[in-house]
Amino acid sequence: MMGAPAAATAASVTASFPADLLAVDLAYWQQTVIKMGVVAAVIPAAALILGYVFLLKMMSFVQSRLGPMEAGPHGTLQLLADGLKFLQKEDIFPEKSDRFVFAMAPVMVLISTFLLYVVLPVGPDAVVSELDVGVFYALAVSSLSVVGILMAGWASANKYALIGGLRAAGQLIAYELPLVLAVVGVLIQAGTLNLQGIVYAQANGEIFGWGGIGNPYILTQFVGFAVFLIAVQAELTQPPFDMPVAESEIVGGYQVEYTGFRFLFFFMGEFGTAFVFAGIASVLFLGGWYVPGFDVDSNWLNLIGPVVMLVKIMAVSFLIFWFRFTYPRFREDQLQKLAWKVLIPIALANIVITGILKVAV
Amino acid sequence: MDALAPTTGALAADSLAGAALAPTTSVLFADALAPTTSVLALLVAQNVAFYVIAAIMLFAGFRVVTSPNVVHAALYLIAVLAGVAALFLLLGAEFVGITQVLIYIGAVIVLFLFGIMLTRSPMGADTEVDHPRRLPATLAAALVGAVTIYSVLDYFGDEQFPKETRTTTNEVADSIFSDYIIAFEAVSVLLLAALIGAIVVARRD
Repeated sequence: MMGAPAAATAASVTASFPADLLAVDLAYWQQTVIKMGVVAAVIPAAALILGYVFLLKMMSFVQSRLGPMEAGPHGTLQLLADGLKFLQKEDIFPEKSDRFVFAMAPVMVLISTFLLYVVLPVGPDAVVSELDVGVFYALAVSSLSVVGILMAGWASANKYALIGGLRAAGQLIAYELPLVLAVVGVLIQAGTLNLQGIVYAQANGEIFGWGGIGNPYILTQFVGFAVFLIAVQAELTQPPFDMPVAESEIVGGYQVEYTGFRFLFFFMGEFGTAFVFAGIASVLFLGGWYVPGFDVDSNWLNLIGPVVMLVKIMAVSFLIFWFRFTYPRFREDQLQKLAWKVLIPIALANIVITGILKVAV
Repeated sequence: MDALAPTTGALAADSLAGAALAPTTSVLFADALAPTTSVLALLVAQNVAFYVIAAIMLFAGFRVVTSPNVVHAALYLIAVLAGVAALFLLLGAEFVGITQVLIYIGAVIVLFLFGIMLTRSPMGADTEVDHPRRLPATLAAALVGAVTIYSVLDYFGDEQFPKETRTTTNEVADSIFSDYIIAFEAVSVLLLAALIGAIVVARRD
C-alpha cells in the first residue's frame, strides 16, 4: 500500500534530475573531474570546520578554558598552522615496518571517507552521484576504513599499534551491526534505499494529515536515531569509545608510529567521516536539505540546501562531540556488551515495531 | 538514445527506478559522445575497463598464492574481491556489487586479518605458508581454471550480454521475495544452523 506513492515520487524525482547544475553541457569525463575536485575540496574543509569549532573551541569551553587564541582571530587559523607544520615534518618509517602497507594504510582510511561523500545529497540536484542503493553503499564503503586501520596496526611493527588495530577491528565489527540495523527502520518507512528518495519521502510526508513541515523521521525513528549516533561515535573511535587509540594505555594505538602528513590523513579521515556521518544522519532522520514552504524540486533548494545541510550537520556533530567531551572511556568488555546486548536488540525491536506499524497503519 | 542507456551500466547508474533510467543516462552521455559513434565508444570503454580490471585481478590473484607473507596474501585478496565488485558494477548489478564490498571486504577479509593478527603476525617471509607439493596444486588449479573457462565458452559462445543488463534494487528485492523465496529461506536456515553450530563448537565447556 505505502510502496506505491513512494515509488511514484521516486520516479518523478529522477525524471526532473538534470545532469549538471549550471545547465552547461559538459562531457562525462569533465563532470567526473569536477565531481572529484568537489569531493577532494570538501573533505579538508569539513575536517577544518569540525576540528576548529568542536575539537579546539567547544572542548576548551567544556573544560573552562579558552583554547588556542594566537593564530588568527580567536585562533581560527590554528588548524591551518598545524596542518602546515605536519606537512613540513620528516616522513618517518619505523625500521622494521612493512613500508608499502605502512604507507598505504592512511590512504585506505581516507579513500573510505572520500567514497562516503559521493552519495551525500545537499540539494535536489546538488549531489555528486545519486545511487540507487544510496544508504547501503554508504554503509559498505564506511566499513573499508577497518582494513586501513588493521593495515596500520600490523605494518607499524609495534605491539601497541597491533593491539590498537585489533581493538579497532573488534569494535568496528561490533558497531557496524547496530549502525546498519538502526537505518533499516527509516528504510522501511521511506520505502527506498536512495538518499534523495528518503529526503523526498520526508518532504512529502504528513504528521497525522498535517504536511506543514513534512515528516522528519526523527519523530517516529528517534530510537533508530539514538542507536545510529551511538554506533557512529564508536565507528569514529571517539571517546567514550576510544579504546583503540587510548593514549593512557596504548599511547595512540594504530596511530602511534605515524608522523607528519600520514598522521594528518588519519586526522582528516576521522573528522571528515564525522562530518559525512552527521550529514547522513541529517538526511535519514532530520529531513535532509528540504526546507518547509519550498516546492521540493525548486531550484532555490540547490542554493539553500547546502546551507540547511551545514546547519543540520553542525547540530548533529554537536551531539557527537558533546558526548565525546563528557563521558569517560568504556572498558573493552563494557563496550562489547553495549553493542551486542543493548544496541542490537533495541535496533531489532525497532525494526519489528516499524514493520508492524508500516503494514498495519 | 534509449538503446545507448543500458550499455552504460552502473558507472552512470544515478537513477532511482528502472523506468527513469533512460533520461538520466542519456543526458549524462549525450554531451560526451555523438549519437552515431556513442554505442561503439561505450562498448570500447566497457571492454577497456573490463580488461584493466581483469589484469589487476589476475595479478593480485597470482600474488595471493605466491606471496610469502600471509598478511600480504590477505591484502592482495582485497584487490581481487574489489575487482569482482567492479565487474558486477560494470554489468549493471549495483546491489550485488555493493554487497560484495560490504560482505567480503568489510567483513570476511577483516575477520581474516583479525584472525591472522590475533594468533600470529609475521613481519617478514613466513616459511609455513609454503608447501612442498606446489606442482600438483598448480596443476589442480590450472585444471579447474581450464574446465571453468571451457564450460563458460561452450555454453555462451559469442553470445552478447542482453542490452537491458541493469537491475535495480527493487527488482532484486522483488525476485528474492517472490521467485526465489524458498531458496532464500533455505539459505537463512542454513546460516542459522552454521551460527548455532559455531557457538556449540566454541563453548565446549
